[in-house]
Amino acid sequence: MSEAILNVKGLTKNFGGIKAIDNVDLDIKLGEIVALIGPNGAGKTTFFNCLTGIYTPSAGDITLCHPESGKETRLNGMKPNKITEEGMARTFQNIRLFPTMSVLENVMIGRHCRTKSFIPGAIFRGPATRREEEEIVNVSYEILEKVGLEKQVNEEARNLPYGAQRRLEIARALATEPFLLLLDEPAAGMNPNETEALVGLIRKICKEGHSILLIEHDMKLVMSLSDRIFVMDYGRKIAKGTPEEVRSNPAVIKAYLGEDVDA
Amino acid sequence: MFPVKELKRSLLISLWFAFLTFPIMVIKVDPIERTVIWRWDNLFFVALGSFVISILAKVYLLRKERRAGRKKVKKELTEPFVQRILREPRFLFPLSFAVLTFALLFPALFSTYQTNIMTTALMYVVLGLGLNIVVGVAGLLDLGYVAFYAVGAYSYALLNMHFGMGFWAVLPIGGLLAAILGILLGFPVLRLRGDYLAIVTLGFGEIIRLILENWNTFSQGPSGIANIARPGFFGMQMSFDAGITYIYYIVVALVIFTIFVVNRLQDSRLGRAWLALREDEIACEAMGIDRTKTKLIAFSLGAFWAGLVGVIFAAKTTFVNPASFTFLESAIILSIVVLGGMGSIVGVIFGALILILMPEYLRALSEYRMLAFGGILVVMMVFKPNGIISNVRRSYRFKKHPSKEVIEP
Repeated sequence: MSEAILNVKGLTKNFGGIKAIDNVDLDIKLGEIVALIGPNGAGKTTFFNCLTGIYTPSAGDITLCHPESGKETRLNGMKPNKITEEGMARTFQNIRLFPTMSVLENVMIGRHCRTKSFIPGAIFRGPATRREEEEIVNVSYEILEKVGLEKQVNEEARNLPYGAQRRLEIARALATEPFLLLLDEPAAGMNPNETEALVGLIRKICKEGHSILLIEHDMKLVMSLSDRIFVMDYGRKIAKGTPEEVRSNPAVIKAYLGEDVDA
Repeated sequence: MFPVKELKRSLLISLWFAFLTFPIMVIKVDPIERTVIWRWDNLFFVALGSFVISILAKVYLLRKERRAGRKKVKKELTEPFVQRILREPRFLFPLSFAVLTFALLFPALFSTYQTNIMTTALMYVVLGLGLNIVVGVAGLLDLGYVAFYAVGAYSYALLNMHFGMGFWAVLPIGGLLAAILGILLGFPVLRLRGDYLAIVTLGFGEIIRLILENWNTFSQGPSGIANIARPGFFGMQMSFDAGITYIYYIVVALVIFTIFVVNRLQDSRLGRAWLALREDEIACEAMGIDRTKTKLIAFSLGAFWAGLVGVIFAAKTTFVNPASFTFLESAIILSIVVLGGMGSIVGVIFGALILILMPEYLRALSEYRMLAFGGILVVMMVFKPNGIISNVRRSYRFKKHPSKEVIEP
């Protein structure tokens, strides 16, 4: 097994007196699909927000290790845009596209942190800027082809059907060239067909060398897709392991079905 | 057929209006004669007028709804005429050439008075385009824009008074000072959005005006600074009329320069980041856009144009005082952006020309000017909330993919 690319040690987040996340450890290795599950309110999204810099963790360490350069970065307290630049991108549980921008422009925004042109470049539009613009458009278009949205490039994002919006969010995150992709409930609200297509897409993305951490409620998807599963409840990690191990773990069954399941 | 329910509604509306306007339209007190005149016929006119207007508005909205209800495919065909012209280069180029020729010949065709008015209108075009970066593109509601205008004007006035610096030397300095002030204002308001941002910028605008009004040793207070030098042209002596024409051409050049730069900025990596910032800040940050930097750039670039126009304003009127930089001025510039169409360069140009030229040519109705102003804004927001000419969506070309056709919008 290769080195862990994301290492979370003792992550804790307090909101006033409430411990939303309590001492959670997690690690992801290169090329893995890892799922984070748990009942509603277990703190999964808060965990994501801590990882991506939207919240600052109260305690604990988050280290990201670049798979190629081997450079280790401590993410605590970094701004979200810096974290994205480090190579970890995310999608949102409640879709947060740029609604009145076109599908293509949405993905082009993802290219922002990998491109450089600035005010003088924009005004004089020299050869470097033009090349960069061209590259942005072409790369974005390729990514849209990958997720199967190439027919809707000039459509406004808000006019897309729900499932397509979810895929567009993934495309936008991919445009930032992440080696680790965080998906927050990617299948929420999807019908079975869309979910199936999504599973295929996630597998494809993983094969292309992106590791994936996903939060999901759809157990069928989680069980069929993930290499390892972490289970949270009331802000604590209660189990981890392969899908089989987690499925038969009494603590997990208790968390999902309640105390008196066999009474 | 027009539904009876709507007729009833309109009737109620007209009665309500009659009631509301009763004190000012019907009762007229003559304090000298100590009599009260009851003008009941006015009541009738108000009721009738509001009844007709409310029915017309309803008919329009119904038709609009019905049109929107039809198939979406039709949407492409009913794309506004103006937008189609703007999209097609073969219309756009001759049109802009004609406009440019007209603008260049304007002083020769019309009187000095007209030229002077047009200069003012064009100055507001630049102001509108500058504020458009902040409000229209980046979506940061700035109600204190006039402060930057004041900074430009006073920097020329003061530098000219104390150091005898010329117009051309101060023009970039004024712009830069305003841009720096834009960054300074930007820092404390980075976390604010919408209403809160509007209040803070409003306060900022007032602070600048109050400083200029009260810090006598610095700005000579309310009496202002007079005898500011007009712009020079290689030391040539110019008559009064020639001076006005000269400033007109400076402003035309500035307008062209502004359009060019703003257009390129909007259509760049930075411009897209501004648009994204307007739509969703959190998603923007998660996609790797530096929110702080992007916002500050928007503020300072917007302020830069106000600074430039401020310098020109001081040179044109040869006199500045704080009364020129009240909140009303900010409101007018904001109205230009909103009325013209947020984020749309052509829209803002039209907005500025309409809002500045109309009051000039409606001098006869000067008493009702503010009433008409407010009325137009209300009507616009009801019927055309996207402005006169809404922004044309840019479409992109892609590299031909071996297996796929190029998709042209």
